[in-house]
Amino acid sequence: MLNLLSGFVEELRRAGLPVSLTEHLDAAEAVHHIPIEDREALKYALGATLIKSSSHWHAFETTFDIYFARGLGSGEDGSGDGTESEDGEGGQQRPDGQGQQGGGGASDQMTPEELAAMLFQALLERNQSLMRMVARQAVTRFAGIEKGRPVGGTYYLYRTLRNLELDRVLERLIAQARGERPDADDMSALDQRLLGDEYRGRVDQMRKAVEDEIRRRLVEDRGAQALAKSVRKPLPEDLDVMHATRDELATLQRALQPLSRKLAVRLARRRRHRRRGPLDFRATVRRSLSTGGVPVEPRFRHPRPAKPEIMVVADISGSVASFARFTLHLVYAIQSQFSKVRSFVFVDGIDEVTRFFEQVDDPAEAVARINSEADVVWVDGHSDYGHALSVFYDRWAGEISNRTSVLILGDARNNYHATEDWVLAEIRRKARHLYWLNPEPRDYWGSGDSVVGAYGAHCDRVVECRTLRQLEKFVGDLE
Amino acid sequence: MTTDPLGLGDIGPPRFESVPAVREGLADVGYLADEGIAGVVYLADRLAKPVLVEGPAGTGKTQLAKSVADLTGSRLIRLQCYEGLDESKALYEWNYRKQLLRIQAGQVLEGVAAAEPDHHTPTWAELEEDIFSEEFLLTRPLLEAIRAKEPVVLLIDEVDRVELETEALLLEILSEYQVSIPELGTVKATTLPMVFLTSNNTRELSEALKRRCLYLHIDYPDIERERAIIRSRVPGITDELADQVARIVRSLRTIELRKLPSVSETLDWARTLVILGITSIDAAAAKDSLHILLKYQSDIERAAKELLSASD
Repeated sequence: MLNLLSGFVEELRRAGLPVSLTEHLDAAEAVHHIPIEDREALKYALGATLIKSSSHWHAFETTFDIYFARGLGSGEDGSGDGTESEDGEGGQQRPDGQGQQGGGGASDQMTPEELAAMLFQALLERNQSLMRMVARQAVTRFAGIEKGRPVGGTYYLYRTLRNLELDRVLERLIAQARGERPDADDMSALDQRLLGDEYRGRVDQMRKAVEDEIRRRLVEDRGAQALAKSVRKPLPEDLDVMHATRDELATLQRALQPLSRKLAVRLARRRRHRRRGPLDFRATVRRSLSTGGVPVEPRFRHPRPAKPEIMVVADISGSVASFARFTLHLVYAIQSQFSKVRSFVFVDGIDEVTRFFEQVDDPAEAVARINSEADVVWVDGHSDYGHALSVFYDRWAGEISNRTSVLILGDARNNYHATEDWVLAEIRRKARHLYWLNPEPRDYWGSGDSVVGAYGAHCDRVVECRTLRQLEKFVGDLE
Repeated sequence: MTTDPLGLGDIGPPRFESVPAVREGLADVGYLADEGIAGVVYLADRLAKPVLVEGPAGTGKTQLAKSVADLTGSRLIRLQCYEGLDESKALYEWNYRKQLLRIQAGQVLEGVAAAEPDHHTPTWAELEEDIFSEEFLLTRPLLEAIRAKEPVVLLIDEVDRVELETEALLLEILSEYQVSIPELGTVKATTLPMVFLTSNNTRELSEALKRRCLYLHIDYPDIERERAIIRSRVPGITDELADQVARIVRSLRTIELRKLPSVSETLDWARTLVILGITSIDAAAAKDSLHILLKYQSDIERAAKELLSASD
């Protein structure tokens, strides 16, 4: 067990989770206190000792499922049923015609129609063990697993699910459930929605059962360590914003929300807690009366720092589209924390978008409105940093004061237009700080039409900002 | 398992028999725990480790500590964290006024006693020892929890509100169950308290703090548990209504809202419905009372649009 645990911890570390030695020891200690055969208890015990952040839970769960797969080594004949606690009750509920035979072994000859009927039955009754059995069948039949291939199983999953046609099953389930109700014809929208959500939840369970089954087989085939390597994914904070898939972006957006709040809180906190203000003589003397005139506790005035002014200038052209969405959410977060934030977006023209963020209290809506309403295209809708910056200078440079921090977000791919980098020199002269956040890997800087070098010369700092972690570090290093 | 990784000496008899026992016990005092929660509470006792509880607001983080105190018959000592919390509010403080009074009284008595023939003037060392004794110590929650003779549960609430530097104050308590007072020495716990820290995740806690704790993330409950919670916490609710409430709330949580309805808001809603005498929620009833579940106008509008208007 301890060896298995060490392997597991090693894999967590390889996946980027910070697991310290003490935490490893704690886990080893915790394992002694729980019944080892209880998989759920083991999962929570390891989770509580090894994982210290909810955003890491998903990565932990994936690795856990691989290393401590359900019913591992039970073979494909269904004899694994004996190890699963709920299966006792499940056996009795099998639909007619299936009888009591042990698991899927005897039903290898099941026709697709029978399988579909069983799937329907399982979902209708929400019968977990039946779902697992269907999953086992479906994977055998449809996934076409080739032994020894170093893959993570995404394709097998896709193939199996496509054949199960869960969407159509869902429709049929809802239709049937609706038919059973007496008030079928005049069901309110609310009831319909509730019914739909109920069955959608069950179908998700089914999907998960299939996923588990595929994973179990892959582990059997190639061993836990090899599989873990194939499915290893970057943690949310290490995800590359530029190349994230749509699903990953959704995860990122969810991760960004608490993070941007954290960043904003940290910025605000920094400001408030830099130091104590000067001694408040009057309050100190007054306070000292209670200690017989001895000033035991000096009182201080609250510091009154000047309000920082922030101007954010973001590239929202196609080349940085996903980065732009990400930064707009960030701008929103910053704007909700500080009173004096002005935001601008550009492609080859530039427009102020502060008003969009002020009017609505939902970031997604603000982003949508910016994309549709902001006037950012001047000629052809390809990035022209030179033009955008010089317009920015003409129209708004007068409002930059020595308390203003200017943040520019973009990849500085200028399509070989003039750079007009004198604008940045001017801004730098007027503003308190000038930062450039570049979503491209540092290695690509200066290649092709990237002119980040020319601009960077005038900035206080140019930072690579592709992941949440880098963004967090940038904010942490401020001042 | 006789090894003791923390060097804490005897960690005392187990408070709980097994994970299911924790779960049942908590259910008896009105807290419906899931497997994960019960498991971590059990481990916290066996490993003598504090538990760091995180999760969305209103999912029963604070309540968990209270219920564990109830269950074990311990006193609950609560430290509410806030920005600017310092040593003198969290750990201990010397009672300056009383010390000053003691010195002044000493001077007066001295004046009287000086007339006596066999008078002994107290030395500085004696005086110092005197005014830095326990009599002049004001205990604050953390020290109180350590010094308590009876079993206690220490709840450090919303620990993410203190500054990063202040977190360091907690480290000695969390790992060694002791407090060092320069003038007095080290106070060690006689009975180890169970410690719960809650955090709303407004900032990342330090690695040092996290390392010393077991981590428990309490998420929104699944539908069965939520239904059971509603039934146990809302008197007079029918099973049908509880089921409906739980299902509506589950659907609401799948919509993208600024603030998802928490368990406590669900309970408020269920209570309101019971008081209003509603036995079955229809669209009108839902619409009129959505503001109890959701706290932003834009959320209410979106929820009404998604849930109550004609299906997609």
